[in-house]
Amino acid sequence: MENNTLSRRMFLVGTTATGAMLIAGRGQAALTTEQARALIDNVVGDITSVINSGKSEQRMYGDFERIFWKYGDVPTISRSTLGPAARSASRSQLDAFAKAFGGYLSRKYGKRFREFIGGKIEVQSARPLKSFYEVKTVALLQGEAPFDLTFLVSDRSGKNLFFDMLIEGISLLKAERTEIGAMLDSRRGNLDRLINDLKTMG
Amino acid sequence: MSNWLKRVGQLRPLAAVLLGAMALSACARPETSSGIYDPNERFNRKVHAVNKGIDRALLRPTSQVYGFVLPKPVRNGVENFSSNLNMPRIVVNDFLQLNVEDGVHNTFRFLINSTMGIGGLFNPARDFGLDERSSDFGETLYVWGVGEGPYHEMLFLGPGTRRQMVGIYVDIFLNPISYVLPAEYVWVPTGAAVASIIGDRYRYSGTVDAILYESADSYAQARLLYLENRRFELSGRGEDEEPEYYDPYEDLYGE
Repeated sequence: MENNTLSRRMFLVGTTATGAMLIAGRGQAALTTEQARALIDNVVGDITSVINSGKSEQRMYGDFERIFWKYGDVPTISRSTLGPAARSASRSQLDAFAKAFGGYLSRKYGKRFREFIGGKIEVQSARPLKSFYEVKTVALLQGEAPFDLTFLVSDRSGKNLFFDMLIEGISLLKAERTEIGAMLDSRRGNLDRLINDLKTMG
Repeated sequence: MSNWLKRVGQLRPLAAVLLGAMALSACARPETSSGIYDPNERFNRKVHAVNKGIDRALLRPTSQVYGFVLPKPVRNGVENFSSNLNMPRIVVNDFLQLNVEDGVHNTFRFLINSTMGIGGLFNPARDFGLDERSSDFGETLYVWGVGEGPYHEMLFLGPGTRRQMVGIYVDIFLNPISYVLPAEYVWVPTGAAVASIIGDRYRYSGTVDAILYESADSYAQARLLYLENRRFELSGRGEDEEPEYYDPYEDLYGE
């Protein structure tokens, strides 16, 4: 009897999982090169208008954070930067970390983006790769050589979102995996302390 | 004499292989390395600490004075002048890589900037659409199929690989300028190169300071940034092949 309910529950879980996979599978087919390109068109449009808005630094960081959450897969990016430590973290810790990470990253890269004032970013090309899309853009700054800014877009989260940004080949995701890993080490793996510290860092 | 001839004879197959590799490489670039290979990390970290000390005590303060004292047009002139003196060396490397297009491109760049640009102080070549296309002997070795080798942080010079270390050494002797320059002027290219390094440190101070002084592990950050950027440049700026992207969903959904 006990066994029977268990197996029925297992069956239910099984079918739900299959259903979810099917939906995810369909989602995969739904994201096209054009959609990936359109997403990044919006990202660079929003970033450019913030950069050239003439707002104060603090308000710009807030705007960048909203853009990051709107177009980026912040839960996946932040979780990935934790490496193996993510597996032992609770759901609420992961959520709190994602929130702190979003602010930290917006301040850190917001400072860099401020150097873009007066410049613009142009989408160049988009192409499908193994299981995601690559959208290449070029940043044109005044008095500087143009540089390459590449976004990686996926719909594995259920929505079309970017999960990495590469500046001249340097992956933000990989850099932050290294950085957050080092921060965790220096705090002896104490995630709560890291979350708390991240709120003011960047 | 016959001994010498014999040795050349032995070298002939090697030369054939080398030429073959060069011909091949003109069509397709070799695979770029991936991951991080750093067997000398303990030693490298010590060099990194020394380099950081040099930056804090010498390079960073000097660059701040440099940036404060010299107006931007002068700094740009120094940058242009130094970059122009490097052009012949880049051209030599372009041709060693059988990259005729870049070789010709950079030759014209050098001719235009040396004449119309008043000895390279200005960069009119840019207005002709001749942007800088840099190269070095490290890249030449890469094109010839030499592997990257282990990561090395070099004293004074910062991040690099074993291949890059060899490249930097060979490049010192590869610039035709140093062979045609009268002896009393040999200090000029060296001086220009040093000034250009100081100028770069000033120009990218925000980024460099963030990596060296704001990062939780500046050694690991510098290593990653160097390797990723160098491989990106060598692989044709991500145009030719699929770069080694990190897919976070593979960890999450295990695929």
